[in-house]
Amino acid sequence: MIKDRAFFEAKSSEIRRLTVQCIGDLGVGHLGGCLSVVDVLTVLYYAVMNVDPKNPHMEGRDRLVLSKGHAGPALYSILADKGFFPKEELSTLNRAGTNLPSHCDMLRTPGVDMTTGALGQGFSCAVGIAIGSKIKKDNATIYAVIGDGESQEGQIWEAAMYASHRKLDNLIAFTDYNRLQIDGPTAEINSLGDLAAKWTSFGWFVQRIDGHDHLAILEAVQKAKADNQGRPSMIILDTVKGKGVSFIEEAGVNNHNMPITQEQVQIALEELS
Amino acid sequence: MEMRGIFAAELDRMMEQDERIVVIDADLAKANGTLLLREKYPDRAFDVGVAEQNMASIAAGLASYGFIPFITSFCPFATRRICDQIAVSIAYASQNVKIVGSDPGISAELNGGTHMSVEDLGIMRAIPSMTVFEPVDGIQLKKAMPQIIEHNGPVYLRLFRKKRPRILAEDYEFNLSRADILQAGSDVTIAASGIMVEEALKARAVLKGQGIEAEVINVHTLKPLDSETILKSVVKTGCIVTAENHNIIGGLRSAVAEAVAENFPVPLRSVGIQDVFGEVGRLGELKEIFGLTAENIAAKAQEAIAAKNSQRTGGKQK
Repeated sequence: MIKDRAFFEAKSSEIRRLTVQCIGDLGVGHLGGCLSVVDVLTVLYYAVMNVDPKNPHMEGRDRLVLSKGHAGPALYSILADKGFFPKEELSTLNRAGTNLPSHCDMLRTPGVDMTTGALGQGFSCAVGIAIGSKIKKDNATIYAVIGDGESQEGQIWEAAMYASHRKLDNLIAFTDYNRLQIDGPTAEINSLGDLAAKWTSFGWFVQRIDGHDHLAILEAVQKAKADNQGRPSMIILDTVKGKGVSFIEEAGVNNHNMPITQEQVQIALEELS
Repeated sequence: MEMRGIFAAELDRMMEQDERIVVIDADLAKANGTLLLREKYPDRAFDVGVAEQNMASIAAGLASYGFIPFITSFCPFATRRICDQIAVSIAYASQNVKIVGSDPGISAELNGGTHMSVEDLGIMRAIPSMTVFEPVDGIQLKKAMPQIIEHNGPVYLRLFRKKRPRILAEDYEFNLSRADILQAGSDVTIAASGIMVEEALKARAVLKGQGIEAEVINVHTLKPLDSETILKSVVKTGCIVTAENHNIIGGLRSAVAEAVAENFPVPLRSVGIQDVFGEVGRLGELKEIFGLTAENIAAKAQEAIAAKNSQRTGGKQK
């Protein structure tokens, strides 16, 4: 299959529909932060990562740590679509006994590489995984997605400093820079300042792109692999929280963990079709 | 030999045989004796600098890759400073990471209150799936290391890092889940851990002079607690004293009280830090200041026996 713009756009819409639907089944969830990372996850899982749905624990596979663990439902939609588990399971999201909890859980969900949810920690775990891959010399690439609000955690910068010190060129990270956090706009709560300059000064190979432009994401990942010069990579994604569904985008700061009715689900699905 | 020397030598021996073992320090490798491992194992022994949170989560990442990481720091920084990383990255994610905290309680000596963990056992004991272990001497530490590695799950090793007097014999058989009855007795049980075991044995000698036979148990593994051994003992003695280098809240006293109260309630008295923070001083001075002494254990044993006798007298009068 040709992985062109039309393919990615169709696939991302499909993933957004699955995401809205499974959160909609329950009536509440992290819609904003899920929808903002769908495009990067789509590019990674359909065009970049070496993973096998039939063998989720395959040695030497590429790994993804969704450090902003509350975006779990977006990842679950992709994993289900790829066949890591049946799509019907998506409707069990967040129900007691489910394998699909709000925040990513590697013990429960086939294809989830790291348990996340306590912000900042997953990113350090990704650094540990990248070191592990270096020790084993298995040539895997480790991907990590952090939030902009999450970047206020001190642990992010501990990990940033150390990944650069260790020259972890097998680590490619993304910041989902949607500019909103639970209590308000990131710039008003605790400004990130010049984020690209921060990562550059920490010794990372930094790129900044439109986080909803699939081909730009693909190109940035390829560049991160080719041009890193022994550095870990940070790709800052300018994104829109709630991307793809007008009323969710418009809810702005209120879309972090928002209720959604069945009528709203229908409106969203129509817009995404 | 110092405890840290034994710890590092055992790691060295096992790292030679087992490529999964990784040692991560946070700028205390010299203090913990692990620095020398880096020459021999440059890939598997490294330092993350003064960044304990990062150390804990990096270890979890490595464990998810099939490694068995040991992370080391001083007790307070290996536990209370990073308890969320331990709880989520390590324990909740079921990662096989061994957490090593040195200088427990008053043994932080001249580093003083900021470096004195009076709450580490309470924190670690309350984290689901965590095994909590404090060796009494070098022989026990040496024998425990293979079992700690063999145990598939997180372990907290509370490590006195300098010299300890020998308590156990060279041919002693260690079992991580079995407390050691060091001396048998019928009048009172003394359950002690870490540096307080030595004091408990001294207290036993004092009590013997007063015609009292104390049973001394070394509770090296606080979780899972060997309640069977403790309960058997209190069924025989009818009262118990706990002695620990930790706050009386959350540690050995709490663990023993939980086991005894639910199964066979008997009078319990305790020796430990009385819900206050630590301060600077030499070990001997701090033992006196905080009442972590053989004399205090003996006095508490007398109290426990008196309480037992008064309960029994009360029973007869009914």
